[in-house]
Amino acid sequence: MTGLPRRLLQAVVVLWAAFTVSFVILYLLPGDAVLAKLGASEGGLTASAADLTRERAAYGLDDPLLVQYGKRLLAALHGDFGRSITTGENATSLVLNALPSTLAIAGLGLLFAVLFGGSVAVLSTYTRSRWLSQALSTLPPLGNSLPTFWVGLMLIQVFSFQLGLVPALGSSGFASLVLPAVTLALPTGAVIGQVLAKSLRTQLSEPYVEIVLAKGASRARVHFGHALRNAALPALTLVGVVTGTLLAGSVVTESVFSRDGIGRVTATAVGSQDIPVVQAVIVLAALFFVTINLVVDLLYPVLDPRVRTVARV
Amino acid sequence: MNALLEIQGLAVNYHTRSGLVPAVRDVSLTVSPGEIVAVVGESGSGKSTTAHAAIGLLPRGGRIATGSITFAGRDLTGLTDRQWQRVRGTDIALIPQDPTVSLDPVRRVGDQVAEVLLVHRLAGRRAAASQAVELLRRAGISEPERRARQYPHELSGGLRQRVLIAIALAGRPRLIIADEPTSALDVTVQREILDHLAHLAGESTTAILLITHDLGVAADRASRIVVMSQGQIVESGPTKEILAAPTHTYTRELLSAAPSLTREPLRPRRQGTDVLLTVNSVSKSFDGRTRVVDDVSFALTRGTTLALVGESGSGKTTTARMVVGLETPDDGTVTFDGNDITDLTREELRRLRRRFQLIYQNPYASLNPRFTIEDVITEPLRAFNVGTKRDRRARAVELLDQVALPADTLARKPAELSGGQRQRAAIARALALHPDLLVCDEPVSALDVSVQAQILRLLVRLQEELGLTYLFITHDLAVVREIADHVAVMHNGRVVEHGPADDVLESPREQYTQDLLAAIPGRTTVDQVNSDLM
Repeated sequence: MTGLPRRLLQAVVVLWAAFTVSFVILYLLPGDAVLAKLGASEGGLTASAADLTRERAAYGLDDPLLVQYGKRLLAALHGDFGRSITTGENATSLVLNALPSTLAIAGLGLLFAVLFGGSVAVLSTYTRSRWLSQALSTLPPLGNSLPTFWVGLMLIQVFSFQLGLVPALGSSGFASLVLPAVTLALPTGAVIGQVLAKSLRTQLSEPYVEIVLAKGASRARVHFGHALRNAALPALTLVGVVTGTLLAGSVVTESVFSRDGIGRVTATAVGSQDIPVVQAVIVLAALFFVTINLVVDLLYPVLDPRVRTVARV
Repeated sequence: MNALLEIQGLAVNYHTRSGLVPAVRDVSLTVSPGEIVAVVGESGSGKSTTAHAAIGLLPRGGRIATGSITFAGRDLTGLTDRQWQRVRGTDIALIPQDPTVSLDPVRRVGDQVAEVLLVHRLAGRRAAASQAVELLRRAGISEPERRARQYPHELSGGLRQRVLIAIALAGRPRLIIADEPTSALDVTVQREILDHLAHLAGESTTAILLITHDLGVAADRASRIVVMSQGQIVESGPTKEILAAPTHTYTRELLSAAPSLTREPLRPRRQGTDVLLTVNSVSKSFDGRTRVVDDVSFALTRGTTLALVGESGSGKTTTARMVVGLETPDDGTVTFDGNDITDLTREELRRLRRRFQLIYQNPYASLNPRFTIEDVITEPLRAFNVGTKRDRRARAVELLDQVALPADTLARKPAELSGGQRQRAAIARALALHPDLLVCDEPVSALDVSVQAQILRLLVRLQEELGLTYLFITHDLAVVREIADHVAVMHNGRVVEHGPADDVLESPREQYTQDLLAAIPGRTTVDQVNSDLM
């Protein structure tokens, strides 16, 4: 099996593995959500043993592990991850309701990241000023090493409190998207910028560049007409990988900016060991990841003719 | 006649981290309209730097220190970027050394030819595309419409070089700088390309500055030759005079090292009796359809050398890989000293491997750059757990001595060695386990001619001292002449001619062998001059 069918099968296997691994880890951990729910107060266990048993039976937690696994897998195939143990809401709809808000900042974040990383890379390789080139080259490592929560807080401090340009907190309107998206974009864009700059430098020292110059082409033509497209290939692979970072980053970002979204749902669910919700998040994240990478794989042959004809050679 | 290109007292330095490295000093040469001038020299002679200075494309760090470069009366040394852009492509064009890496891999070749016309606004988009097809046809490409829509990786090396010629011709330049335009190509392709280039230049008044390491190529093509060594011109003049009466010792060395067919074998030919290796009608295909190797048979007797000759794609390397058990034949057998190696278990094959070793073409790629030379040479010993650390070091010293490298080479890294020294180290590694058979895959074709001669003499000496048997893969019939006892000529996966070296070289029966012999550059010119000198 080759090409698309093979890719799709791999995607399904990844989803199944994400479900299984998360199930095993979550269910084998000591303590459970029922305990956490009934014994929520610090003072100790207030519920009786009978209460615990009844609650556990209600959530199907008293079945043997394999039976639970089978039931849950079957249900998950129908999009049903069970009810949230803390709120009683359907876990799937809980997660799906939180999704648009996160997609908005993640999508905008990805856009910012590509723009930021791309322009730093292009500028640092295009400029003739050695000073500017070096200054620009230090940006990506810097962006990568600043902690997200700190960046978020600094942005709020400057742009919301001091300049009053955008709202500091909440999830209302487009303006509220900007700061979280920037926060999210910084580490991702840094990685993209670093890889793209590196591969642009490699491409610019390839012999074919000399031939383009010998044709009488300008540096701009060499850069944008030839080197950039060749250099985009490794960077594209990276975009597939960093999408995961965007989702993980949303946990911190949404907490800092008090936004609703997958990140908040995750943080809350993990805190209260709300297994159905955590699992719904994990599988959704895996689905997201798999889809993006599938798209990247399909884009590859569009950009690189060598990949297109590999099967024929 | 007024000179088209005039270089006066040129000096170029490279500014590197470790300081200023002079590359070219006091170089003066002229090229007249329609003339072909060859600059000949070995790697590091500064010939390529000179050529690149003339088109304003010196590598990073390269700067013209003094001197002038005048093109049609205009000084080029002070041009701005924008001014250079107007000169490149229309006044001066470049044909590069390695066609396989000189085209943008993600753009169609037709577009890459048309780009010249677009850049200089010589045609609109649509007209440029159709002119590109016409240019490809003029560069000798059949079915140019189809080729124009293909990508570089879909074309052979020869075709790619023709695309690059089309690119160079597109802006109707008055001077083409051809930097080793054919050294990466097979001899028969090389001849076609050079014929074509000379023909195109002859049609118009385009001049060619031909950069080459091969005095044979220069002798065949150029009206004047400039010989460079260590950044300086050591001799220059009309081709006939240079060949007939070389005044500089370096030119004489280059002349005697030039591949030609009248050179004497390095040792008497040998017949051999004791068969070491038998290849019996082996075949191999990689896609299940086309046979890369098709029903190939030969035998190799102990202490002799068999040369497997052919051009790229002839199946010679695949044959060699089957001999050493790196590929399994689809049909046929390979018998080494009584063992059928196609029928061995992996472990048996591993044990037998120490008796046959491989030497690769590219000494730059076949040595681990992080190893010291001692690590490189003793690696086979470690792989087979031979001796203690001290024994292995002693063996390494002994091996270095055999390949004539100083003992202090042990602690060096491959990057600190020259190409010839690296190939010696690779030979020492191959000898470490006292093998019977060495399979040498183009062991000298990446080296300068004078270094080639040294390595060939070394291989012959080692054969005498250690009683080695060689299977020698090469495309170069001059090399065959010097070292082979027997020759098998391969073409399209088959052995087309097989016999004692002198018979095959002196009186080839097959058309293909005759073509190969005729394609050797400088054969007539250099041989004639050489025999005059004797």
